[in-house]
Amino acid sequence: MTRTGFVIANLWRKKTRTVLTLLSIVTAFLLFGLLQAVNVLFSAGADFVGATRLVTQARVSFTQSLPMRHLPQIESVPGVERVMWSQWFGGVWQENTQLIIQAVDPARLRDVYPEFVMPDAEWKAFENTRTGMIAGRNLANQYGWKIGQKVPIASNIFPQQDGSKAWTFDLVGIYDGKDEEWQRSTNGGWINFAYFDEANQFARGLAGVYIIRLADPDDAPGVATTIDGMFENSPDETKTQTEKDFNIGFFKQIGDIGLIVRWILFAVFFTLLLVVGNTIAQSVRERIPELAILKTLGFKDGAVLGFVLAEAAALCVIGGFIGLGIATPLGVIITKASGGYLPLAVDANVWVMGAIAVVVLSLAVGLLPALRAKRLTIVDALAGR
Amino acid sequence: MSDAMVQVQNVHKSYVRGKQTVEVLHGLSLDIPRGDFVALMGPSGSGKTTLLNLVGGLDTPTSGEVLVGGERIDQLSGGRLAEWRARNVGFVFQFYNLMPVLTAEANVELPLLLTNLTAAQRRKSVAIVLEVVGLADRARHKPKELSGGQEQRVAIARALVSDPAILICDEPTGDLDRKTADEILGLLQVLNREHGKTVVMVTHDPKAAEFASRTLHLEKGQLLEQAAAA
Repeated sequence: MTRTGFVIANLWRKKTRTVLTLLSIVTAFLLFGLLQAVNVLFSAGADFVGATRLVTQARVSFTQSLPMRHLPQIESVPGVERVMWSQWFGGVWQENTQLIIQAVDPARLRDVYPEFVMPDAEWKAFENTRTGMIAGRNLANQYGWKIGQKVPIASNIFPQQDGSKAWTFDLVGIYDGKDEEWQRSTNGGWINFAYFDEANQFARGLAGVYIIRLADPDDAPGVATTIDGMFENSPDETKTQTEKDFNIGFFKQIGDIGLIVRWILFAVFFTLLLVVGNTIAQSVRERIPELAILKTLGFKDGAVLGFVLAEAAALCVIGGFIGLGIATPLGVIITKASGGYLPLAVDANVWVMGAIAVVVLSLAVGLLPALRAKRLTIVDALAGR
Repeated sequence: MSDAMVQVQNVHKSYVRGKQTVEVLHGLSLDIPRGDFVALMGPSGSGKTTLLNLVGGLDTPTSGEVLVGGERIDQLSGGRLAEWRARNVGFVFQFYNLMPVLTAEANVELPLLLTNLTAAQRRKSVAIVLEVVGLADRARHKPKELSGGQEQRVAIARALVSDPAILICDEPTGDLDRKTADEILGLLQVLNREHGKTVVMVTHDPKAAEFASRTLHLEKGQLLEQAAAA
């Protein structure tokens, strides 16, 4: 037997209690891993590494549209290969099911997003049908849409010129993703901008955002700076960022995600502190005589303190690392399931923060009971005082 | 040099309980020769266990001197006293006080974790003392799988394993039936006679005291023999 073996044996003194406590720590660190990944994601600065597409939006908010006159200027920037624009249409299907529908130029969409694949005939039909619409495979499957049918969609943002919110589009194509990851992004649809622009009541010649396909990802920071510089101090200032950062900005509409995450984590760890702290304290209370016997046998006060702290640390380390261990693949699963819109990376940084949290938690829950064990006098403890 | 294993000289011991200070030992003096087997008897509250705690280095006197093996243990600090206990004393308690999560052999091995012995050396020592107390076949059993007598044998093995010169026994048979008690006391007698261990035992049981080579009686914090002489 070793001292470590003694600590482990004591941990399993009451198996049910230990397992339940471990589960609470695992759950807390699973949340910690995922929420910390969210926090890192939302508090990270601009990252242009590997970006093949940029999104230019109005500097104030992406809910503000940009004038179409920006298009030729953006196209003229060196490094820009192709530019498309899109206008958020939204759309409500039947009772109140929100759809992700955007108005685009079909040919530009095809050039900028080669990841969306569809037969040539359907692309042609989309280009040539003013009321045409294409839907992603997931969206079409969800509602049982078939090519050739009319799709009635209401828009709460853009009424038609006669004031009607009801729009009807002809489904001319159903697109797939080029691979499994992109297939998960086929939950939206596109309508023909030319028709939308002419038929809607007030938004004319306006692009929601410009999406820029780059010739070389290394040009991303320079192109972004150049574009935003071109429109600086104009009535329509822009903010150009990577597609990933733009998508994250979407979630930021919810509120200050970082603050929300921090408060949730605070609540989780405060609760954990009480639960695990109580468990350790109870465990020490139950075996005051045993701790006194350790001292009787010659273990010094510091050694007894060490045993109790080691038990608390072992619980936190095992639970913490299992929790983070589960969070890591779960982050990958969430990233894939969200079609890359919510890239949660439980990476080395999160693990380092998790390790720090484990140390802090171990000390917080173990120190007081350990000090109590250290201070107890043999004679009083053996006499039950 | 004196051959006394234990020398207690004019020891006073007081405890503070709430607002009251209670003096338990009143200037007690005592010599226990090396290799002696002493039974301490007396009514509850007479100071038997307090005296035992002082001799075993579990507590320190309010005044006076306690020498064990020629060393002034009343002057040792907490850490030094712990080291001294680990090297010099084996303890046996009424309720065995074994670690319930450990097997018999692991319980016995516990004091050896304070030594520099290798795992193999520790295992060897544990096997020897378990053999001495007659429990070699129960080494892998946990305390709850043992009878009271067997638990006390494990406790004695734990007290012996670091080869201390003195065994401190506080009511070692108080929780056992007569037959088992006699077996345990016989074992202590063997350890005293054949292995030269000095044994100091507190007991309420006159039959248990008969196993000792002499009996000292305490009353109101003083040895009766000492009080009579005064």
